[in-house]
Amino acid sequence: MTTPPTISPAMPGASPEPPEVAPVQGRFRLAQARIRLALRSFKNGWSIFLESRIGLLSLLTITVFALMAVSHPILMATVWDPEIYDPVTGYAFDSTEQPAPPSWKHPLGTDPLGRDVLSQLLSSTGSEFILGITAALVTVAIATTVGAVAAYYGGLIDAFFMRLADLIIALPGISLLIVLSALFDLNLFYLALIIGVLGGFGGTAIILKSQALSIKVKPYIEAARVAGGGHFHIIFVHIVPNLLPISLLYMMFTVTSAIFAEAVLSFLGLLDLRMSWGIMIHTANVGGYLLGGTRYWWLVVPAGASITLLCSAFYLAGRALDEVVNPRLRRRDELS
Amino acid sequence: MIGYLVRRMWQMALTLFLILTVTFLLVQAQPGDYASFYVLNPDLPSDVKEQIRATFGIDRPLWQQYLIHMRNTFTGNFGVSFGHFPRPVMEVLLERLPRTLVLFVTATGASFYIGFLLGKAIAWRRGGLLEYAATISGTTLFTVFTPAFALMMIWVFAFRLGWFPVGKFLDPLVWRGSDVTANSVFSLMLITALAFAVFAFWVLFALKRSGNVGMRRFALPIILVGALVVPLAWALSGIGPLALDILKHMVLPIVTLTLISFAGTMLLTRNSMLETIREDYVMAARAKGLPEKQVRDRHAARNALLPVTTSLIYSLIFAIDGSVIVESVFSWPGTGLTLLEAVRTEDMPLVMGAIVFIGLFSLLAHLIVDVLYVYLDPRIRYQ
Repeated sequence: MTTPPTISPAMPGASPEPPEVAPVQGRFRLAQARIRLALRSFKNGWSIFLESRIGLLSLLTITVFALMAVSHPILMATVWDPEIYDPVTGYAFDSTEQPAPPSWKHPLGTDPLGRDVLSQLLSSTGSEFILGITAALVTVAIATTVGAVAAYYGGLIDAFFMRLADLIIALPGISLLIVLSALFDLNLFYLALIIGVLGGFGGTAIILKSQALSIKVKPYIEAARVAGGGHFHIIFVHIVPNLLPISLLYMMFTVTSAIFAEAVLSFLGLLDLRMSWGIMIHTANVGGYLLGGTRYWWLVVPAGASITLLCSAFYLAGRALDEVVNPRLRRRDELS
Repeated sequence: MIGYLVRRMWQMALTLFLILTVTFLLVQAQPGDYASFYVLNPDLPSDVKEQIRATFGIDRPLWQQYLIHMRNTFTGNFGVSFGHFPRPVMEVLLERLPRTLVLFVTATGASFYIGFLLGKAIAWRRGGLLEYAATISGTTLFTVFTPAFALMMIWVFAFRLGWFPVGKFLDPLVWRGSDVTANSVFSLMLITALAFAVFAFWVLFALKRSGNVGMRRFALPIILVGALVVPLAWALSGIGPLALDILKHMVLPIVTLTLISFAGTMLLTRNSMLETIREDYVMAARAKGLPEKQVRDRHAARNALLPVTTSLIYSLIFAIDGSVIVESVFSWPGTGLTLLEAVRTEDMPLVMGAIVFIGLFSLLAHLIVDVLYVYLDPRIRYQ
C-alpha cells in the first residue's frame, strides 16, 4: 500500500497557506499533511484488507516464506555444516541409503543425491522471492510508464503500445520461454527480466493505461498544466503516483506468474539454476521417484506445496488488495 | 462484419509476419547456424546436403536468408526435422495438431462452462460456505504446480485406482494386428464428435426458434437418441475398441487441464456478477416478482457473461501453456510435447515450426473470441 490516490487532491487543498509562513515551513507543513493523509488512507485500506480473511491468511503465508528465506543463511552460518547441508554440493554421510526418509538430523529427509531437502527448500525460497520481486518491479516500472505515456499522449504512441500489448497477450508465455531456453542459457536474472518485460509491455500496460486515462481528465492534471507543468512533470509527478496502488496489485500477479514459470521451466530441466523448487521436483522425477507415490513423499510434497502455497498466497493477496483498490468490488453495506 | 474480418485478417498476417521475423532474428542471434547442422552431418548423403543448402539458403547474405525463411514458412516448408529424420517438420506437426486441438478445445470449453456456473453461484450467495470452499479450492488448483498436480492425478487415478492408463496416446496391445492407423481412427472420432455437436445445437436452435413452446421438450429426447446411436454405430464399425482405447487415454489429460483452468473463469464471473447484481434492471426483475433463478440466470448472469468472454483470451492462452505441461506429463503426443522434445534435442527446425503453429493457433483463438463477442453482445457492431 504505497501512495494512495487521496494524496494528490491534497495539493490544491494545501495551497491556501497563511502568507506570513516562511517557504521552508510551508513545505514542511505540506509534507506533514501529506503524510497524515497517506497514513489515514493506509489505515483505511488496511482495515478493508483485514476484513477479507483470505487476504490476511495469504499475507501471513508470504511472511512465513520470507522468514524461511532469511533463515537459510543464518542456519548455514550457525547450525548446519556446509559439507553436509549445502543445498547443491552437500552429502548426508550419516545415512546409508539415499534418499533417506525424514529424521532428526534431516527434518525433510534427503534427495536421491544425498542432499538435505529442508536446506534445498529454504535456500530456494530466497531465489524465488528475488525472481518474483525482480520480475514484478520490471513489469511495474515498464507498465506504469507505458500506461501513463500512452494515455497522456494518445494517438500514434498509444496505438503502437496497445497493438504491441495485444501481440504479447496473444503469445503463450510458457511456450515462448521454452523456445527461448532452447536458444539461450536462461539464468534467474534473464528469466526475471524476460517475464518482467513480457508482463510490462503486455496485459498490465493495457490495464494501467485505462486507469491512467481516468486520471488524465481529473481537474488537478489540468491545474498542473495551467500552472506551467511540462509533459514530463505531469506524467511522472501527477499521473504515475496515482497509478501506483493499482500497479502494486499487478505486481502481486506478476510474482505469481514468475514463480510459476520458473518452476515449470526448472521442472522440464530447461533452466540454468543452482537450486530451485522446480529443480527439486525435476531431480525426483528424473530419478523415477515420483510414481513411487507416497513412499518418497518428501521429495515432492515440500517443493510442490511451497510452489502452490507461495503462488496462491501472492495471488490471493492481490485479490484482497483488489477489493481495497477497486471500490466497485466491495459489498453494498460497506459502500454506504 | 465482413469488412471487420478482412481487417482482422490483415492484422493477423502482420502479427504473424512480426513473429516470424522475431524468431528468425532469435535464431540468427544464437551462436552457430542450425542449418549447418545438416550440412556438417557426415551421415547424410551429398545430394540431400545440396538440397538442404538450397532450401535454407546457407552461404547467402543474411537478407536473402531472411527472404528464404519467409518464403519457406509461407509455403509450409519448415525443413526436415532432426529428430524424426527423413520426415518434414510440416508432416510431423500436422500429425500432432488434431491431438492438441482436441485436448485444448474440450478442456477450455468444459472449464469455461464449469467456471461460469460456479462463479454465478458464489456471487449470488456471497460470503457463504460455498464461496470460501470454491475460492480456496479453485485458486489452489489454478496456482497449483501443474506438473506435480498432473503427476498426482496419474498416481491416484491411473496407478492406484487403475481406472485410466498411465499416459501416452494408445495401448499397443490393443492395436496389434489392426490395419488402420491411429490418426485415421482419431480423425474419424473427431468428425463424429463435431457432427454430433452440430446436430445437437441444430436441434436445440431449430426447436427454440420454431415458436412452438411445446416442441421444446422434444429437444432432449432427440439429442439423447442421437447420443445412443453414435456409440452403437462405432461399436458396429469394427474399430470401436480402438476408438475406446484412445478415448480412455484422453480422459485424464482433459480432466486435469479442466481442473487447473476453471478457477480463472470462476473468479472473473464472480467479480463481474457482483457488479451486475447492483444494476437497476436486476432490481426491476426482482420487483416484477420473477423467481430468483430466473433473475440470476437470465438477467444478471447473461450480462455478467460479457466481460468474462473478453477475458476468455487469457484463459485460452493459459490453456495453451497448460496443455504443453499436461502433454509433457501425460506423454500425450501433441504439439506441446513435440515442441518440448524438439527443444530438448535441439531439433531447431521442429522448434521453429512448432512455435509458428502455436502462435498461429493463439491468433486464431483470439479472432474467434472477438467474433463470439459480437454474437453475445448485440450492442457491439464492428465496422
